[in-house]
Amino acid sequence: MKNVKTVLTSLVSSAMLSIAGLAQAMTVETGPAPATPAAPPPINWHAIIMFIIFVGVTLYITYWAAKRTKSAADFYAAGRGVTGFQNGLAMAGDYMSAASFLGIAALVYMNGFYGLIFSVGWLVGWPIILFTVAERLRNLGKYTYADVVSFRLRQGPVRIMAAIGSLIVVVWYLIGQLVGAGQLLHTLVPQISYTVSITIVGILIMLYVTLGGMKATTWVQIIKAGLLLGGATLMSVGVLAHESFSFSKLFSDAVALHPKHLDIMKSVVPIGAKAKPLESISLGLTLIFGTAGLPHILMRFFTVTDSKAARKSVMYSTCFIGYFYILTFIIGFGAIVMVANHPEYVVDVTKSILALKGGGNMPAIYLSHAIGGDFFLGFIAAVAFATILAVVSGLTMAGASALSHDLYAQVIMKGKPTEKQEVFVSKMSCIGFGILSILLGIAFEKQNVAYIVALTFSIAACTNFPILVLSVFWKGLTTRGAVLGGYTGIFGSIILLIIGPTVWTKILGNGPAIFPYDFPTFVVLPLVLIVAYITSVTDSSESGKKEREAFAAQMLRAETGIGAEKAASH
Amino acid sequence: MSETIASKIHSNPKFVKLCKQRDTLGWILSIIVCIMYFGFTLMIAFTPDILTAPIASDSVIPLGMPLGVGIIVASCVLTGIYVFKANNTYDPIMKEIIEEASK
Repeated sequence: MKNVKTVLTSLVSSAMLSIAGLAQAMTVETGPAPATPAAPPPINWHAIIMFIIFVGVTLYITYWAAKRTKSAADFYAAGRGVTGFQNGLAMAGDYMSAASFLGIAALVYMNGFYGLIFSVGWLVGWPIILFTVAERLRNLGKYTYADVVSFRLRQGPVRIMAAIGSLIVVVWYLIGQLVGAGQLLHTLVPQISYTVSITIVGILIMLYVTLGGMKATTWVQIIKAGLLLGGATLMSVGVLAHESFSFSKLFSDAVALHPKHLDIMKSVVPIGAKAKPLESISLGLTLIFGTAGLPHILMRFFTVTDSKAARKSVMYSTCFIGYFYILTFIIGFGAIVMVANHPEYVVDVTKSILALKGGGNMPAIYLSHAIGGDFFLGFIAAVAFATILAVVSGLTMAGASALSHDLYAQVIMKGKPTEKQEVFVSKMSCIGFGILSILLGIAFEKQNVAYIVALTFSIAACTNFPILVLSVFWKGLTTRGAVLGGYTGIFGSIILLIIGPTVWTKILGNGPAIFPYDFPTFVVLPLVLIVAYITSVTDSSESGKKEREAFAAQMLRAETGIGAEKAASH
Repeated sequence: MSETIASKIHSNPKFVKLCKQRDTLGWILSIIVCIMYFGFTLMIAFTPDILTAPIASDSVIPLGMPLGVGIIVASCVLTGIYVFKANNTYDPIMKEIIEEASK
């Protein structure tokens, strides 16, 4: 089937980021995209009121946080006073996006078992973070992961490389989130246009992040994680209650009702697609190491009190995220049983019992209606929106810190700006990021963003994570190795994505792809390690020698925490 | 941190041993996660029939479902093991080493 790649790519991206991509993927499966009903539905007051409550509470928290945000450590790292449990929730809140909630439920709704394979990939990077870098990050860094990479290397070149890697990941991740946010809000409340939705998101983010810094961001993420986990739990309980609390009844009913019947338990790729071994392996590498190299996640380790709390926070976040993925799986199956084939939700039951009004991401939303009526639908819709705000806040924080801490304070000012100057520049960067988000979100409304997951996760997996691990564990790494290895990861990923099937064939329409895989990690990651190794061991410069000698002191601090940044006392 | 404390810690055989133990545990657990996950991925790539075989003749549930959920649960358990071991065994030893060196 020649649509295989199209379907796979779209599905891959949509699960995490692109709501648009998922809708497209489903069109391939089920025929023309369902149009929004001609007459606009009545305004969803439940959703709007609950959303206003959420915004009110978070703005109050921002006000509270703003009064307590004075130093740079307050602004970037919430004064390093966050506990392990709180940070675990906040990291989960940073990671569980609206698209992973709606998208994975939708994947399961369309493809059954396959959705679970996806969830597993999104989780396994977390234990790797704990076992390799979590506590060392806390012990060595100040505000950004570039602090750790450049700990014993030359500040300028290493930070520029790390900041470029961070910014590409953050900006594209942001675009994916925003396009999804605009479409979701517009679908839920058709009276609000896409552009207005994006503008609302952008302005709220600017307020949270600029005024309240990391303290406000952390609490927005904690509240959102609590709401999302609570909402998903209620939905799952609703599904199980409907199925007399029997998983085997749930699965048998789903098989009986779904138009593909037993195929939803038999397919390890999107139904109808063909498996490609090398692509599966490359996707696996990208997900596991990409998660461990996301700058907005790594940044959260500097907010906790000490290395003990850093460890605990990963344990909590792994458990919360794992639990959440199991819930989305139940929700997806629940939607097959309770949403599909119901004329209230389906565009035209005589044509397809799966295609839903409002597009491909609606199964979880309609399931909440089937379980708890308008009120519960309003709640889940507001939770989905809160989720987007929290994820975008975290990304904005990470992007602003790469600009203000890495580039401005350490590279341009050579580490000499006053704290006041640095905080001022980071606040300006936050405002800049907010405006940029609004513009990019509007610019990318109609663009095909199916390559975003591959782009962001490949750079995170091929540059951020391996260079971080080498700098912490391998004495031999020198500035030359880190910089050349890092750029190999950034440019290698970008070039292979451009000549890959999604961009080369689908977006640019240049015919068959030169590089026939959507995920370049299986080529680029080994290349990065080889380049970093060879250019480091052949580096006989005086500075290279000093950098190797400085490893002992770095290792002592990484292992003991002596000299690590202290938690603020206030 | 003064040079003497640093060199005292570095020359303390307990410190070298502790770092090695903690690193080894971290790497072993990382390898377990990778084996589980890439084992699962390789099965998806090469032997999907095994993954999609039902767990019992009268069940629609494929074998891959408990395996996938198992990997999620195992990930949580492994993080718990590491945190327990690091916080309860390694940290107190590290504290001792630092105190000895500071004397």
